[in-house]
Amino acid sequence: MVRNSLGRSIPESFNGQRLTPYQDPFSYSPQGTHASRALRRFNPGQSKLLGSLREAIEAADLRDGMCIATHHHLRNGDALLGAVVRELDALGLRDITIASSSIHPVHAELIPYIQKGVISGFECGVNGQIGELASKGELNCPIVVRTHGGRARSIISGQVQVDAAFIAAPTCDCYGNMNGSQGPSACGSLGYAHTDALYAKKVIAVTDNLVPYPATPISIPQTLVDFVVPVESLGDPGKIVSTTTRITRDPVGLQIAKYAAQVIEASGLLQDGFSFQTGSGGISLAVADQVRRKMQQQKIKGSFGCGGITGYFVDMLEEGLFQTLFDVQCFDLNAVESIAKNAGHLEISADMYANPFNAGAVVNQLDCVILGATEVDVNFNVNVNTESNGLLLHNTGGHSDTAAGAKLSIITAPSIRGRLPIVRDELTTVTTPGETIDVIITERGIAVNDQHRELKNELLRRKLPVKEIQQLQEEIYSVTGRPRPLEFTDEVVALIEYRDGTIIDAVRKIKT
Amino acid sequence: MEIVKSAQSGTMQSSDLMIFLEPAEDLLIDIESTVKQQFEHLIRAQVEKVLELHQVSSGHIRINDRGALDYAIVARLEAGLKRACADHS
Repeated sequence: MVRNSLGRSIPESFNGQRLTPYQDPFSYSPQGTHASRALRRFNPGQSKLLGSLREAIEAADLRDGMCIATHHHLRNGDALLGAVVRELDALGLRDITIASSSIHPVHAELIPYIQKGVISGFECGVNGQIGELASKGELNCPIVVRTHGGRARSIISGQVQVDAAFIAAPTCDCYGNMNGSQGPSACGSLGYAHTDALYAKKVIAVTDNLVPYPATPISIPQTLVDFVVPVESLGDPGKIVSTTTRITRDPVGLQIAKYAAQVIEASGLLQDGFSFQTGSGGISLAVADQVRRKMQQQKIKGSFGCGGITGYFVDMLEEGLFQTLFDVQCFDLNAVESIAKNAGHLEISADMYANPFNAGAVVNQLDCVILGATEVDVNFNVNVNTESNGLLLHNTGGHSDTAAGAKLSIITAPSIRGRLPIVRDELTTVTTPGETIDVIITERGIAVNDQHRELKNELLRRKLPVKEIQQLQEEIYSVTGRPRPLEFTDEVVALIEYRDGTIIDAVRKIKT
Repeated sequence: MEIVKSAQSGTMQSSDLMIFLEPAEDLLIDIESTVKQQFEHLIRAQVEKVLELHQVSSGHIRINDRGALDYAIVARLEAGLKRACADHS
């Protein structure tokens, strides 16, 4: 065990790989070159169409110990990963690594195949029951949690080598041109799948909407796709996108959102050219709504919104408040419709969105991002992966990427959730380093990281409730009481990889 | 006060708790909580304080807590005691 610069205890190796402990957000430099794959030749008349997933697995020559990937734009409606794994099992394959862009609660269906040895590890973060069982030591299955940018980096650098990418294609032609904006399983952007299409040894498009050649618009082109498999259904459209995402009605959340909008205004960033990202949570959307009003009132013309895109950002695009939306994932139906019709609504890859090891990602151009947190500490470090019971339940998403990239990264969270205080003595897990977090906003007050003296003074001048984070913590503890620390065993069940591939924390099995 | 009949109070909403009270010879306090690992000791201390205040020395008190703060624990327990204890007390 070694301690990284945040004092977290990191194993020297995990699942046979030697690890580099996290040092700081910006100085770790990449070595080597882009990963490569074999050249291919497709002659006129050669068909890419296959009859089933099983034929595709055989055609891709998948064998024991190999690695597969899917993308998570179908979210909790995804039926593809489960279907692929069942076929792998039926063919007797074992020891397969899953390197999908994320795992959702629906994928609890994989648990029997982990127990059976079909799946032996996850090169990706997990949402839901798989992480819970791993935390309890009930699954023998190492997990490496990555950010969206970190996943793209790991594939481009060859750290993770995907032998076969199964890309759910809501619309596809027989030669592999695909898009996500049309068809019964339309999910909008296919941003997370782009890297897989470029780097996986074999690329298999799986579609429930095979259209005559050419399928347009083209999101991922035929030149990258080896096989096309038509299937009945890619999943449950009702669970792929939410029909609407809504602003919180909770007075605590609304108060937090109001403070957040005031902080953004005080930062001086809210002027022509403003760029902005929020998540799809109720508080995030309330902040977006407040910012939108301020932009309307002050006639500010922003440059771009990015990340997972919601209907709120679509409205802002259509009102001319933003020139462009950079969309790696559509969060609701409005976003899906918009990406199909609005010229300013652009699909981008996770590489372009957030990879720290390219010639510059979109997050580097972000002015302001609104993020959530399960816990924060007095050094502004943030946990979004584990809950306060110690269970690994959430993937990182773009949290650390946008925090590192944006000029102003703001955490919004209620001060207390079900008696649990937001500010802790020690985090259960560190996801995002405090050095990249600028402001933490709760309904009880606003804490500003010491590196932003000017902003802090401006907030004080505007009579916003600025508090030292220690003071905020004591105030919250006086209501909740001081929580007893959780107990963990020494056994590491998952790694939290920072976006540059260094290890920011390890998740250990809980003591039961 | 003396617990003479079964009663309950509270809800299963987040940040609330449900309390079930039954007559018994000994005093028994069972605590289930979404934040048991972090806060069982404080929940128990609060429950014991209220019981002492009302001089309750016997009964089976079962708590299903969803992260309630101290004032909610006090209010729910006192309401439960009023329902479970004899009218004259």
